[in-house]
Amino acid sequence: MSAGDARREPGTATIPAAMKADDAHLDRLEAEAIHVFREAAAQFRQPVLLYSIGKDSSVLLHLARKAFHPARIPFPLLHIDTGWKFREMYAFRDRVARELGLRLIVHVNEEGRARGINPLDHGAALHTEVMKTEALRQALALHGFDAAIGGARRDEERSRAKERVFSVRHAGQRWDPRRQRPEFWELLNGRLGPGETMRVFPLSDWTELDVWLYVRREGIEVVPLYFAKERPVVEHQGALIVLDDPRFADRFGPVRLERVRFRSLGCWPLSGAIRSDADTLDALIAEQFASRHSERQGRLIDHDEAASMERKKREGYF
Amino acid sequence: MSAVPASPPAPALPPLRLAIIGSVDDGKSTLLGRLLADCGLVPEDQWQALLAECRRRGLPEGEIEYAWLNDGLEAEREQGITIDVAWRYFRTARRVFIVADCPGHEQYTRNMASGLSRAELAVLLIDASRGVTRQTLRHLRIAALFGVPGVLLAVNKMDRVGFSRERFEELVAPLAALARELRIPRLEAIPIAAREGENLLRPSARLPWHGGPSLLAFLESYRVPPPAREAARLAVSLVLRAEPEFRGYAGTLAGGGIALGDEVVVLPSGQRSRVAEIRRGFAAVPRAGAGDAVVLRLADERDVGRGDVIAAARAPLAVADQFAAQLLWLDEEPLLPGRRYWLRLATLEVGAQVTEIRHRIEIESGQRLAARRLEAGEIAHLHLAADRPIPFAPFAEERPFGAFLLVDRERGATVAAGAIEYALRRATNVHWQPVALGAEARARIKGQRPRCLWFTGLPAAGKSTVADLLEQRLHALGYHTMLLDGDNLRHGLNRDLGFTPEDRVENIRRVAEVARLMCEAGLIVLVSLVSPYRADRAMARSLFRAGEFVEVFVDVPPEVAAARDPKGLYAKARAGLIPNFTGVNAPYEPPEAPEIRLPAAEEPPERLAERVLAYLLEGSPR
Repeated sequence: MSAGDARREPGTATIPAAMKADDAHLDRLEAEAIHVFREAAAQFRQPVLLYSIGKDSSVLLHLARKAFHPARIPFPLLHIDTGWKFREMYAFRDRVARELGLRLIVHVNEEGRARGINPLDHGAALHTEVMKTEALRQALALHGFDAAIGGARRDEERSRAKERVFSVRHAGQRWDPRRQRPEFWELLNGRLGPGETMRVFPLSDWTELDVWLYVRREGIEVVPLYFAKERPVVEHQGALIVLDDPRFADRFGPVRLERVRFRSLGCWPLSGAIRSDADTLDALIAEQFASRHSERQGRLIDHDEAASMERKKREGYF
Repeated sequence: MSAVPASPPAPALPPLRLAIIGSVDDGKSTLLGRLLADCGLVPEDQWQALLAECRRRGLPEGEIEYAWLNDGLEAEREQGITIDVAWRYFRTARRVFIVADCPGHEQYTRNMASGLSRAELAVLLIDASRGVTRQTLRHLRIAALFGVPGVLLAVNKMDRVGFSRERFEELVAPLAALARELRIPRLEAIPIAAREGENLLRPSARLPWHGGPSLLAFLESYRVPPPAREAARLAVSLVLRAEPEFRGYAGTLAGGGIALGDEVVVLPSGQRSRVAEIRRGFAAVPRAGAGDAVVLRLADERDVGRGDVIAAARAPLAVADQFAAQLLWLDEEPLLPGRRYWLRLATLEVGAQVTEIRHRIEIESGQRLAARRLEAGEIAHLHLAADRPIPFAPFAEERPFGAFLLVDRERGATVAAGAIEYALRRATNVHWQPVALGAEARARIKGQRPRCLWFTGLPAAGKSTVADLLEQRLHALGYHTMLLDGDNLRHGLNRDLGFTPEDRVENIRRVAEVARLMCEAGLIVLVSLVSPYRADRAMARSLFRAGEFVEVFVDVPPEVAAARDPKGLYAKARAGLIPNFTGVNAPYEPPEAPEIRLPAAEEPPERLAERVLAYLLEGSPR
């Protein structure tokens, strides 16, 4: 029997019949994430929340507020800014920080900026290495953060599927996937050896669908780029790129208007949009159930080479 | 939820947390990959990437290596093994699954155990052609230790044994018996052929004798036995303060629900109060249930901190400091009784040591074997002593208060995961006999401050010579002293101990306890002991009050010590006549931050003794 034949058509088995259980499941995921936040706040000297403006960050921030309410979130937010985010993302970030009265640190790798590193001339790999991974290492060292709380989920990508909730980084923020600290039950060990720091992932057990169901249930605001709208797009390296600012406009082919949205947001030249009519949360969730593609398929940075996420993570990526 | 289209009504069971375990090459990653593929749950782009990888790596046309869907690390795909747990999340028409695909190699037992600890059902794979292996038994024992409430034996590769019913039954019977002996509440067995997709989604025509459900049907309908309901307990994670004068205790409720006005007791202190406010998220609520992350405010001012437990007063937790426990050792460095670790239980962390290994369990036979140390992957029953009484419950009754970790004090590494069985005796019955006179009073009459001067260094570094000179000087100045020499003590107090790492730990523990008693008596104690391991010196230090313990590192390069060799020991050790001789065939870990470092290769012992004396006289009462 050929293996391919045995596969059921996507969509036939994935219709959300288990919906009744979903609300209870979201309650459990929420409580577990709050536990992780509180343990991080209690165990680390100087934690920081990595805020990247996307849907996962919005959920992360909402959970952090719940975890410490009525007290304030006891750590600052850190945004690693590559200079290539969508304008809507910057506007959203600044408004959220202002409205919630949060301490937001924005860090740019100035040395990279001075060298003019950008995703179009230098490619996704180098741009990401310099403006994200290197920038994150700089920022953590500069402020002396001993723990960085991030919104990574295990269902995003297969090397992330291997992450612990409290994930030790060795000297230089390096991840050694062959020597991970074991983790048991809900007991989170935040002790650090010399030179070590911690990455903390409260959303480890959340799926993309859980995130959207939770966004809907809690009425969490997300960047409008997740919803379908007519946007100026170009075909670029097999992806649909939404032109967000005039930089390098001459590099791209003809621009046309299409109804698109994003499943995952990053730097605009590296984020592939999908054609979609889903302009409400309900429509988006319905589309999600029927999807045949993974969430990060639009991310150009993941496809540079086989196992590229793992390599980036070992270097200290988010 | 009516807004989502196309959601047919179905009996929705809660999500199921699964761990797929079993020996290497029994087909764990293949099973999960095939299951996901057959359910149509592999996203198109990941599927194409897999097909491309299969082509690139030269698999015959049409053959697919399903395991690569899960083996996410480069090394894993290169070596064709699973190193660490892969977590997968999927939903079928009937249920949501959270799956830990665990590694099978003995070397990665710690990772497998990490995946297993939170599982509600363990799917234990067995290769029908190869049969039960040592790892099969190890994994079953670990599942029992971690209190996994159900095990499904998936007897795989049935195609290789002609789908034989006899073979299936021959494999299942002894494991079912072992599961009963290990008190695993439920064990079922299903025959499958994962790579061929037999009996995964639908009953297989090639297994007509198997009357039971397909693997997926079993998983979709498996009901997790509910945990025993006790009364409410909240392990305090964090004390939250907010304006104006808000002071609340944040944690996750376990054991049962709580309501406003409920009487509670704070443990271990035993203070009572009532619940004045319950917050969940942004809202104040009248009650909350087990599993909820809440913030509690109490009606009375109480001293409550992280690690304390707020429990229903009608059924509080017990409090004790000595326990019988079972654990799985994880670290490459062996467990040694007497060495100090951090004990993590619920939200508290306290110093602790293993006082005695009762026995370790031989994986295959289950025999109880005597052990003086534990190596990675070994399971043992042992006695634990915490530095102070802590609230707990037997693991079998209330997992959140019976599950614990041991943590290495220097590296921060998690070195063991275990389960408390029972308290050895209630700490409330073990009182310190109060005495009117303290160490200070005893020291005052001698006109001195008690100290423990701990001389550490390689054999023949000159520890005893310097200690001896220093004691003479102190005596001449009118101080009350005592010299404890490691070699001399081995003729009496420690004559039953050898030089293995275990015995060295015990040797140091005894000497440190004696030195502590002498400090209590107001003396200045000089200890001369090789004490090669940092962890053991840290243990000794922890027995003393702040500033009382003075670590004196008698520092000579190994070649200088070997050249001096007044007793000819280095020569003997090099000739292989002395095993475990520090500096030759056993390690010495130099102190990182000793109070005093003596450059013993450069200066004569008299000068070195003067240096220590100067340190002592600085700020001394006389």
